[in-house]
Order: sequence, then structure tokens, then C-alpha cells
Amino acid sequence: MIRLLAAIGAGVLGLLAGLGRLTLFAAETVSHAVRPPFYGREFLNALVQVGYFSLPVVGLTALFTGGALALQIYAGGARFSAEAVVPQIVAIGMVRELGPVLVGLMIAARVTSSIAAEIATMKVTEQLDALVTLSTNPMKYLTLPRVLAGLLVMPVLVGVGDIIGIYGGYLVGTRSLGFNAAAYLQNTADFLEPLDIISSLTKGAVFGVIATLMGCYYGMHSDRGAMGVGRATKGSVVAAAVLILAANFLLTNLFFTA
Amino acid sequence: MIRMTDVHKAFGANKVLRGANLTVPTGQSMVVIGGSGTGKSILIKCILGLVQPDSGTIEVDGQDVTRVPRDAFLARFGMLFQGGALFDSLPVWQNVAFRLLRGSLKRPRAEAREIAIEKLRRVGMGPDVADRLPAELSGGMQKRVSLARAICAEPEIIFFDEPTTGLDPIMAGVINDLIREIVTEMGATAITITHDMTSVRAIADQVAMLHGGQIRWTGPIADLDQSGDPYVDQFIHGRPTGPIETLR
Repeated sequence: MIRLLAAIGAGVLGLLAGLGRLTLFAAETVSHAVRPPFYGREFLNALVQVGYFSLPVVGLTALFTGGALALQIYAGGARFSAEAVVPQIVAIGMVRELGPVLVGLMIAARVTSSIAAEIATMKVTEQLDALVTLSTNPMKYLTLPRVLAGLLVMPVLVGVGDIIGIYGGYLVGTRSLGFNAAAYLQNTADFLEPLDIISSLTKGAVFGVIATLMGCYYGMHSDRGAMGVGRATKGSVVAAAVLILAANFLLTNLFFTA
Repeated sequence: MIRMTDVHKAFGANKVLRGANLTVPTGQSMVVIGGSGTGKSILIKCILGLVQPDSGTIEVDGQDVTRVPRDAFLARFGMLFQGGALFDSLPVWQNVAFRLLRGSLKRPRAEAREIAIEKLRRVGMGPDVADRLPAELSGGMQKRVSLARAICAEPEIIFFDEPTTGLDPIMAGVINDLIREIVTEMGATAITITHDMTSVRAIADQVAMLHGGQIRWTGPIADLDQSGDPYVDQFIHGRPTGPIETLR
């Protein structure tokens, strides 16, 4: 019994220590945002890597999800003669939930893993030490540009994802389900409220910070060797995905039930 | 002058440095020898602040390294890492001119590129490699680029960590000669970590042997073969039997 309690206690302490380390890491990142020097070139590069190169995967994910959502709502709505709500439910579903969450998870898969693997490899090949000897703080040079890029570019990606998702529903609705194109768009526009869009973009910004921060954190704290890089990459994606889903719940609660 | 006094460093139960004392006079080339895993690299990482010693003092020109402004302190150093540690995402010239493209030594890009190409030429590489990525270069070429980066900002103190590891004997000889020439012409203070005896004889003014976490012997290169220390004798002659325990 005592052994079991000790194991639970050790687990809880480990979790709290990890949270503490992560909080300090986040605080240090923020502190670098207000202290020069700033690495503009690295920031622009991160914007392109996180934002521009993620557009195809975000677009395809949103397109197929919007289309599938339209089919599901139509089939489900048919059970109680509510097929006409397809445009409204696709819009609200994509903008409030599926857009931000799926884009967040796709970014966790594509960007978080890439950042963690890159920084972890830099660590095991002494590139982080080399940065220090070249009078360059790795947190300022590697972490801050990526986290800032995540914060700024993710709302844009989520906005693009929302639009393409709605367009996916529109395509299925007008081509397969017999909706009038103009009426579909009118219903979509009428039903969405500013709060829906604000919540969607806010979620995007928060998820962007989580995804990039987790990649940097796990990369910087990687163990040695190929196994260390692998563990860091896997851990970063799992942590980012779980935190994004948890943050989504908290933000939904904040925006729509408070 | 670099002076390390009673420096201790442990990683968990593994006590790597157990009271290391080392003095490197200004302008001298000190080579630290010792078996694999004896803490040679930790020694120079402690000086640079990459690893924090558990106790002891490290001074450079009489100043405690923990009490000096970091940026100004590090600007005095150049370092050649064991694996090169070139930044994969940057072309060769930006690796070499890294320090000149940002921070207190920042120059216009065109000027930094010119200096980088000049340093590449100094290590025997043509301007054609300037725009290539490190992954496109052989191990020997990467070492040369790393050497060019180490000397690019003309540092007063240069560290070389296993500069010839993984290279064929001819390329190792080329790197050894380059290091010797550069250290001499720059008048820099140098510490080289190696267990390659050819490098020791090519590079060193002074030699120190690290064993058991302590500097066992130190002296001029001319005295190395007559050190009278059984550990040094066993090491420099590569004998499997002697006071240094070996796993067979």
C-alpha cells in the first residue's frame, strides 16, 4: 500500500516538476521578446516554415472535413426533417470547433515534430553549444522566433482552414445534396456571429503558441543520441496534441458558457 | 592566462573532474591528453560556461569567468567542436561569418561574406564552397569550415575539441598544420583536446594529461617523452598494460 502511494506521489511530483520547468521555459521565452537583440531573419524564416508551408495540409484537411461534415449533418438531419440546417451547422462546426482543433492538431503533427527533431538534433550535434560560444542565446535565436511565428501565423491558418472547410461543405451541399448556391452562402453568412470568428482566431493563436513551444521545449531538453531525438519528437507531438485539446475545452467554456 | 583551480564536476554519481588544476600561459598552445571519457571536453566546456563546475575557480586574465559579462567574454573565444557543429540550415559562408552577422560584432552582409571567404581561403578552401550547405561537404571539409568559423572574429583564445577525430591521416595532418600555423600567426592562446599523439606533437607548446579527474602531469612538449610519469608513458606509447586500467 505504502509502495503504491509512493509511486503515485512520485508521479504527481514528477508532473508538477515538469509543469514548473515548462512554465519557466515559457516565461524565459516571453522575457526574450522584450530584450534585444531580435533575430528578424529567423522570425521571417519561421513564419514561412510554420505558416506558408503548412497551407497545403491545412487546406486539404479543412476541405475534406467540411465536405464530410455536410454529408453527416444532411444524413443525421434527415432523421427529423432538418436537412436544411446543413449550411449553418457546417459553418458553426468549422469555425467554432473543427477548424481550430484540426488545424492545431495538423500543426502539432507537422510543425511541432519538425521543430523538436531539428532542435534535438542541434543539441546532440553540439550546435546549441556552438550558438552559445558564438555569443548567441539559443532561446532567443531558436525558440522566440518560432513561438512568435506560431502566435501570429496560426490565426491566419485557422481563418484559412475555416473558409476552406465551409467551402468543402458548400461544394458537397451544392453539388451532391441539391442546395442552392446563393442560399447556402447567405445562410452561412447570416448564421455566423462575430464571437464565433473571434473565438476561432483566439484558439488559433493559443494553439500556435502551444504547438511551437512544445517543439522547442522538447527539442531543448532532448537526451543524447538517435533515441533521444526520437523520444523528444514523440513527446512533443503528444504533449502539444493533448494541451491543444485541453486548451480547446477551456477556451470553448470561456467563450460560450461564461 | 587561463587558470583553473581545484575544479570539480560530477554528473550524478559520475565524478568527472575531481580537483583539476591547469594553467595556460597567454600565447601558448596547450594540448590536454587523456583517455576517452576522462572529462577533457568537460574541462573546456567549464571554461566557456557551457557546463557549470560544482566547485573551484576558473580565471581568464585574472578575472573569474562567472563574474564577467557573458557576451564580451565569449567574444574573446573561438571554438572548433569535435563534430564541427556547423548549422545545417545555413550556407557555409554564413556559418563562418555567424558572429559577424549578428550581435556586437555585426558587419554589413557583403563585408561579412568577404571576410568569410578570406577565412575559408586561409583554411585551404575556395570561394566555390561558400554557398554550399554543410551537408554537401566531406568530414574533412566540414572540419576546415568549422576551423574558419573559430578564427573568423580573430579571437584571443581558441579551443579545439578533438580536431582530427574521424579524419584520415593525411587530412588530420593538414588540420594539425593549419591549427599550428593559425595559432602562431594570430598569437592566440589555445587549448586542444585530443588523444591523437601526432596532433599533440604537431600542435603543442605545453602538454597536460588528465586522468582520474585531475591533471596528472603538465610540462613542455619537449619533456613529454621523459615525463617520468607512468600514466603519461603508458598513454603516449599506447601500452595496454600499466597503471591505467583497460577493459579487455
